[in-house]
Amino acid sequence: MSILVLFFLIAGLGLIAWLSARMRATRFRRASTARFSSLPSHFGGFVAMWTVLPAAIFLAVWASCAPGLVTNRVLAEPAAAHLPAPGFERAAILSEARRISRGEGFGTPTPLAAALAPAYGAAQTRADWIGGGVALLLAFASGAWAFTRVRPDFRARTQIERLIMALLLAAALVAILTTMGIVASLLFESARFFGMVPIGDFLFGTHWSPQVIDPRDPGASLGAVPLFWGTFFIGAVIAMIVAIPLGLMTAIYLSQYAAPGVRTWMKPLIEMLAGVPTVVYGYFAALTVAPLVRDFAVAIGVRWASSESALAAGLVMGIMIIPFVSSMADDSITAVPAAMRDGSLAMGATQSETIRRVLLPAALPGVIGGVLLAVSRAIGETMIVVMAASGVATLTLNPFASTTTVTKQIVDLLTGEAEFDSPKTLAAFALGLTLFVITLLLNIVALTVVKRYREAYE
Amino acid sequence: MGSRLTPAPTDWRDTAHQRRMAKRYAAERRFRWLGLGAVLLSAGFLVVLLVSMLSAGLGGFVQTQIALPIDFAHSRLSLDPATLRGPGADLALAAADLGGATDAAAIAAYGPGGDSLLSDGAWTRVRDQLKADPSLLRRRATVWVPAADRIDIAAKREGAPADEAIVAKLKAAHTLTTSFNAFFLRSSDATDPTMVGIWGALKGSLLTMAVTLLIAFPVGVLSALYLEEYAPHNRWTDLIEVSINNLAAVPSIIFGLLGLAVFLNTFHLPRSAAIVGGLTLALMTMPVIVIAARNAIKAVPPSIRDAAFGVGASPVQVVFHHVLPLAMPGILTGTIIGMARALGETAPLLMIGMRAFITAPPGGLRDPATVLPVQIFLWSDQVNRGFVEKTSAAILVLLIFLLAMNGVAIYLRNRFETRW
Amino acid sequence: MNVQSPIAQHKISARHVNVFYGDKQAIRDVSIDFDRDVVTALIGPSGCGKSTFLRTLNRMNDTIPSARVEGEIDLDGEDIYAPEMDVVQLRARVGMVFQKPNPFPKSIFENVAYGPRIHGLASNHAQLADIVERSLKRAGLWDEVKDRLSDSGTALSGGQQQRLCIARAIAVDPEVILMDEPCSALDPIATAKIEELIHELKGRYAIVIVTHNMQQAARVSQRTAFFHLGALVESGSTSDIFTNPRQERTKDYITGRYG
Repeated sequence: MSILVLFFLIAGLGLIAWLSARMRATRFRRASTARFSSLPSHFGGFVAMWTVLPAAIFLAVWASCAPGLVTNRVLAEPAAAHLPAPGFERAAILSEARRISRGEGFGTPTPLAAALAPAYGAAQTRADWIGGGVALLLAFASGAWAFTRVRPDFRARTQIERLIMALLLAAALVAILTTMGIVASLLFESARFFGMVPIGDFLFGTHWSPQVIDPRDPGASLGAVPLFWGTFFIGAVIAMIVAIPLGLMTAIYLSQYAAPGVRTWMKPLIEMLAGVPTVVYGYFAALTVAPLVRDFAVAIGVRWASSESALAAGLVMGIMIIPFVSSMADDSITAVPAAMRDGSLAMGATQSETIRRVLLPAALPGVIGGVLLAVSRAIGETMIVVMAASGVATLTLNPFASTTTVTKQIVDLLTGEAEFDSPKTLAAFALGLTLFVITLLLNIVALTVVKRYREAYE
Repeated sequence: MGSRLTPAPTDWRDTAHQRRMAKRYAAERRFRWLGLGAVLLSAGFLVVLLVSMLSAGLGGFVQTQIALPIDFAHSRLSLDPATLRGPGADLALAAADLGGATDAAAIAAYGPGGDSLLSDGAWTRVRDQLKADPSLLRRRATVWVPAADRIDIAAKREGAPADEAIVAKLKAAHTLTTSFNAFFLRSSDATDPTMVGIWGALKGSLLTMAVTLLIAFPVGVLSALYLEEYAPHNRWTDLIEVSINNLAAVPSIIFGLLGLAVFLNTFHLPRSAAIVGGLTLALMTMPVIVIAARNAIKAVPPSIRDAAFGVGASPVQVVFHHVLPLAMPGILTGTIIGMARALGETAPLLMIGMRAFITAPPGGLRDPATVLPVQIFLWSDQVNRGFVEKTSAAILVLLIFLLAMNGVAIYLRNRFETRW
Repeated sequence: MNVQSPIAQHKISARHVNVFYGDKQAIRDVSIDFDRDVVTALIGPSGCGKSTFLRTLNRMNDTIPSARVEGEIDLDGEDIYAPEMDVVQLRARVGMVFQKPNPFPKSIFENVAYGPRIHGLASNHAQLADIVERSLKRAGLWDEVKDRLSDSGTALSGGQQQRLCIARAIAVDPEVILMDEPCSALDPIATAKIEELIHELKGRYAIVIVTHNMQQAARVSQRTAFFHLGALVESGSTSDIFTNPRQERTKDYITGRYG
C-alpha cells in the first residue's frame, strides 16, 4: 500500500468522521432548546481529530522502525548468510538490494544484492501492508470511540482547544530542540574529534595543514590558532575598520542632519546592503575587489601580495556589515532623550559638538552592542571568505597576504571526499563548536549591553 | 574674583572669540560633510555592486547563434521519421551520432575548423529540432545552433581580434545572430557555458523554499502565539525565549553542520535533496519568523482581547479570531523577509551536499538538486570565461527575486500597517 | 554696540511675534520687553504658548523643522532672527533651563565644564576648575557636591540635578537666563531652593521664567505677563497683575476660574 493511498484513506476517514459527528450534533441541537458549550463543527473536529491523530502517530512510529524489521527479515534469509561482516560493504550490498527491489537499480547488480532483492521486496510489501492495515484499523476504532461521545452535554470545544494548546507548545519546543540539536551534534562529533586529537593541540597549535595529516600525531597539523587569527583579522579588524566609521557616520547623518525625505529613502537603500546574498558579495570580492587589492599591493611594492588576500575579503565583508552597525547606531542615537540634545544646543553648542560630546557618549553602550553583534555576524560569515579568502593558513599581520578563516576551513574540510570518521572531517565540527561558542558569547554580551542601555532611558 | 563670572560679561565680539567661532563652524561643516560622505559611499557601494553585476550579467541573457545548414537526407544518420514519431524516439536519437553529423555539417558549411565555431552542445539543438519535426530527416534544413564560447564572447565585443573578425564575416553573411537567450531560463547546468541555464537551480530553489515555508511558517507562528499569548513565566519558557533569540544570531553555517549531522548522518535522508535543504533552512528561518510574529502580536492592543473576552470567547477563540488576523500583515512581512534571507543562503546548503553537478531539474523533493545561490557559487569557480557573464546573469535573476520579495514586504507593511 | 548699552534700552524686546507649527499658529502677535536685573514671569493655562514663546528667545524653535517665527526679537537692539545672527553665540548669551532636569550622562564637573569648554572660555584646567567651582557655588550646589565632582550628574536627586543644570547654564556667563517651568518636576523643598537661587541670580541677569504656579510667579518675579491662547493678554508689574488686573481674562485665571 503506497503512502499516498494510505494518506488519502485516512484523510477520507477523517472527513467522514467530521461530517457524521457534525450531522449528529446538529440533530440533537435541533431537538433541544438548551444552550450548548460547543458548536456542531466542534463535535466534527473532535471526532475527526480522534480518527486521524492516533493513526498518524502510529504511522510515524512504524515508519521509523519498519526499515529495521524489514532488514532483520532479509537477514534471516539463507542467501544472507553469504553477506560480509557488518560494515560499509555489507551496508552497500543491502542498500543496493533495496534499490533493486524498488526498481531503481542501475548498471549491473552485484549477484548477492540481486539474490536478496526479492526477499527485500517481499518483506517491504509485507511491512507496508501490516503498517497500513493497523493504521486504518486504529483510525476506525478511535474514531468510532470518539463518535460515541458525541452527546449534548459533552464539551467538544474544550477538547479541541486542549489539542491546539498542545500543538502551540510543541511548536515552541522546536526552538529548544533545534538548539539542543545544534549543541548535541557539535558536542558529539567534537568529542569524537578530541578523542583523536588532544584539545590543547587543536586550540593552541599554530600549524594547520589538514591536507597532510600524520596518522600517528594528527594534532601536529591541526592547530587552529592561524584560523582563529585569520577569522579575527578579517572579521573583527579589517571589516570593522570599514564598517564602524561608515556605519556610524551614516547613522549620525541620517538621524541628525538629513531631511526627513532623504532619510525615508536612504535608510532602506543602505539597509539593502544587508539584503544582498553573501554569495554575491563573495563573487564581487573574488572577481572585482581581490584583483584591485593585489594590483594596488604590487604597485606600492608589497612582496607577498596574494590575490586571495585578507584585505579583499575583509573590505567586502565590511561593506556588507555597514547596515548592521548603522541601524543599531541609529536606534541608539534616536533613543537618547531629546532633552539631552536640547540641553546641549541651548548652551550654544553646535550640532556636531552636541553629537560628539553628548549624544554619542550617551548612545555608546547601544553602539557597542551593535558593533559586537556585527562582529559576531562577520566572523560567522562564510561565503565571502570561501570565495575570496585563501585556503592556506598563515599567521600574518600583512593584510595583503593570504589568510584563511574558521568558516572557510569548515567548508573546505567537509566538501572533499567524505570519509566521515577521519580527524580531518571531524575537525570541521570542532571548528563549528568553537565558532558557535564564540558567537553565542558575543551575542549574549551584546544583548545584555543593549538591554541595560534601553532600560536606562525608559 | 577671577576673570570669569565678574559683572563684566564676556565680550563675544573680540577677535579671539570670532576666530574660535570660525573654527567651530568649520569643524561643524567638516563633520557634516563626513556624514554625507559616509552615506554616499555606502549607497555608492550598493550602486557599484549592482552596476557591475548588471554590466557583466546582461550579456548572459544574450545568445549568439550560428545558422547551420544540414542536409539530413544525405547524412549518415540511421534514423527514419517513423521511429521519431513513435515511443522509441529518445532512444533512437540517443543512439544516432548527431554530434558527428553536426560537426560534419559545420565543416561542410564553414570549411575546416568549422565545427569549432559551434558550441559543444550544438547537437542537442539539432536533436530538439528533429524531435519537434521528424520530417526534417527527408530534406535539407537550416538549424540555428549556439555558437562556441569564444565566438559568443567575440560577438559581445570582448573576444580575441581573430574571433571578432570571424564574427564580422559571419554577420555579413547573415549566418550569425544575437538574440534573447530564452534557453538560459529553460535549461540546467552543463559543462559548456553556452549550454547552461538556471531553470534547474531555480526549480531546486523553489522546491527548497516550499519545504522551508511549509515548516517554518506554521511552527514559527504557532510558537510565537504560544510565547506571546499563553506561555506562563517559568524557567521553561525562559529557556525557549533564550533559545530563539540566540538561534536568530547563530551563523548559518552552523545550521549546515546541524543538517549534516542530524538529517544526513542520523536520519539518512538523501544527500543534496531539496527536502534536506528545506529542513535546514526552515530551522534557520523559524527564529526570524518567531521574532517578527511576536512583535506583530505584541502590537495588537489589549483592548481587542478584552473586547473578545467580554463577549465570552475562549482564549483560543480570542487569539485565532481576533489577534492572529490583526497581526497577520506584520507576520507575513517578517516571513517574507526571512524567506528572502533563506533564498539567498548558500553556506548551509554546501554542508548538506547541494553542490553537485546536476544537469536536470529535480523531479521531486528527494531528487538531487541545487539552488540558485549554490549554482552561482559553482559557476563562479569555473575558469572558462563564458561563465563570468552566466554567473552575473544568475545573480541578476536571484536579485530580481529578492527585490520582488522585499518589495512585497514593504508594500504589505505600508498597506496594512495600523497604528493603534 | 555692546552690553554696556544705555539703561533705557531693554535687554530683549519682542515686536509682533507670530509662531507657526506647520499650519497651526501657536503665538499671535506678541510684543513684550525684558530687562536686565528683572525677573519676568510668563503665566497662563497649559497650551497657551508661553513655553513656545520662551523658546523663540534663544531660537530653540529652530530645532523643530516645522516651526516658523515671524516678527522681530532684538537682543541689545540686534535682531536675533537676522541672517547674520550667530545662533551658537546667541545661545551662549541667552542660557536656558528646562522643565525636566537634563544633565548630560557625564560627571558633575564635566556637566558644568561643558559650556566653557566648547566656547573656549578657559585657557587651562585651573581656570576651568575655577569656573566650575564658582558656577556651582552660585547655583548653591557646591557644598553638596564638592567631594564628588567626578560622580555622574544623573546620580543626583531631582532638585540637585536642576541646580546642576542652572550651574551649567551660568557657567557660560550668559546675559539672559530662560527658565521653562524649572520646578514643575521637583518637590516643594527643592522648589524652595531653586526660588531662592533665582532671587540671588536676579542681580546679574535678565531672567524669564515660565511657570504654572501663580504663587511662584508672585514670589520670584517683579514683572508678569499673562498668555492665553497664544496671545499676550496683559503684562505689567507683578503686584499690579495679581492685585489689580486690567483684563477680565487675567482676573479669571488668577482667581482660579480656569487653567
